[in-house]
Amino acid sequence: MKRTTAKRRQLSNAPIISLEHVSKAYSAGAPALNDVNLHINKGEFVFIVGDSGSGKSTLIKLLLRELLPSSGRIVVNGTDVVRLRRRQIPKFRRNLGVVFQDFRLLKDRNVYENVAFAQRIIQKSGREIRKNVPSILSTVGLAGKYKARPKQLSGGEQQRVALARALVNKPQILLADEPTGNLDPKNSWEIMNLLEKINNNGTTVLVVTHNREIVNDMQKRVVTMKKGVIVSDEEKGGYIDED
Amino acid sequence: MRINTLFYSLIQGIKNIFRNKWFTLASVATISACLFLFGLFYSILTNFEHMVKSAEQRVAITALLELGVSDERVAEIKAMLMNREEVNEVDYFTADETWAKFAEENDFGDISIFTENPLEDCAHFDIYMNDVSMQSDLVEYLETIDGVRKVNQSALTAQVLTGVNSIIGYVSIGIILILFLVSIFLISNTVTIGIQVRKEEIQIMKYIGATDFFARAPFVIEGILIGFIGSLVPLAAVYFLYNEAVIYAASSYSFMAALIQFLPVEEVFATLIPICIGIGVGIGFIGSYTTVRKHLSV
Ligand SMILES: Nc1ncnc2c1ncn2[C@@H]1O[C@H](COP(=O)(O)OP(=O)(O)OP(=O)(O)O)[C@@H](O)[C@H]1O
Ligand SMILES: [Mg+2]
Repeated sequence: MKRTTAKRRQLSNAPIISLEHVSKAYSAGAPALNDVNLHINKGEFVFIVGDSGSGKSTLIKLLLRELLPSSGRIVVNGTDVVRLRRRQIPKFRRNLGVVFQDFRLLKDRNVYENVAFAQRIIQKSGREIRKNVPSILSTVGLAGKYKARPKQLSGGEQQRVALARALVNKPQILLADEPTGNLDPKNSWEIMNLLEKINNNGTTVLVVTHNREIVNDMQKRVVTMKKGVIVSDEEKGGYIDED
Repeated sequence: MRINTLFYSLIQGIKNIFRNKWFTLASVATISACLFLFGLFYSILTNFEHMVKSAEQRVAITALLELGVSDERVAEIKAMLMNREEVNEVDYFTADETWAKFAEENDFGDISIFTENPLEDCAHFDIYMNDVSMQSDLVEYLETIDGVRKVNQSALTAQVLTGVNSIIGYVSIGIILILFLVSIFLISNTVTIGIQVRKEEIQIMKYIGATDFFARAPFVIEGILIGFIGSLVPLAAVYFLYNEAVIYAASSYSFMAALIQFLPVEEVFATLIPICIGIGVGIGFIGSYTTVRKHLSV
């Protein structure tokens, strides 16, 4: 009895994302990740920074189970990602919201449909969709743009649609790979503020970025990578300069 | 699977057809072209086969009977022959009928001057077959029957017809095979053109957690619809051409009308319509299913 309680407590305190001795080598060249250990707790906001080619996107892809590690153990949201069967991947991903630098919206569908699409995947009823989609669109500040197509929107607006889509199913974790990479400073800040707001509501947020100013300003946990290795991991950290 | 989801996939599949107009057009054109050729060859071959078949059925084997075979025995033999697969029709002629017919065919005039029937031993069966390739078997069988005196056959005609028949068979298989390969080649090329848009879309869907089924369904429905439309167009074209050909052959050259007996258009299309739609829809399904499959592994 005591042991189960202890175990349960340990489980609820267990990191929501954990990588243990994770390496990933693509077919050619040096490994993209080399013996990475990283633990992120529920509700944390973490920046991942580092030079181009240091393995940040590879890390995100491993968490999404787009790639399998060459070795090591990855647990996301209680799921051992390496052991996941192909058929179970869609369900696993539904607990993860994802945002990319290039937005990745469905080009020939309007804003509303792009967001509603995520709800259709999890088979929400029409009534729920009509309730949830407008609500999340107003959260990201796009209440007046339901009918617009992606190409009629600015980069910042497109990214907000992508963010709304990532959030509409209320995921435990939000992964963002350079979400402000294509945005001007003003839009970058707006997106980052949204991410922080989402984090304040309890979602664990992991952001890959090159935006030095934002990282230094926000005073969050910062994980710095270099050539596939984590070289620093600081609470309330800053952007570490080369040299 | 919710009805909702199925309905959604169906609507998206239909919308895809209009979203990618050029892709739709190219795919429909490719499938139409292939099925048009197929329909044309099919119509020609079935007609050819039909002509050979009716020629076969005009080839008769003559089985002469011994003198004094009883009427009961004649009926018995006739029944035995009719029982056989390859036999289409059996006609019996008595010796007197045979003589009368012979005399008439040779303009003998009044035959009552003959007191005796010179063809007394020529009572016979004319046997028409469904399948001339079985002729020698049937002849062998006839020769074992009690009461049959002699069997006359036209071995050469049978051989030629059998030969023509198997050539038609080979040619059909060959042409259909070539058309099939060409279709597959053209269609996989066409599908590759339209794949880039799909690739991105499917990857996005998979990132958000769509199942393979959900990501694939609209594209497969699109493929099936394209295949369906692509089969209706050539069917209409072949139907029109076929009708024109029948009318042309019947009206312009009377000797052609006598020579070529076109099958009625309904008869050809009763099989051609389901085959064409089946192939079109099948190609659309397989084409879209396999191409989408390549991009599901995200
Ligand atoms: N599909 C692939 N095949 C082979 N090598 C790859 C592949 N993807 C990435 N790499 C290599 O792995 C290393 C890490 O790449 P990754 O994309 O993770 O870097 P990154 O930190 O995201 O860089 P950036 O900041 O430029 O986005 C690089 O050396 C890259 O060349
Ligand atoms: Mg990257």
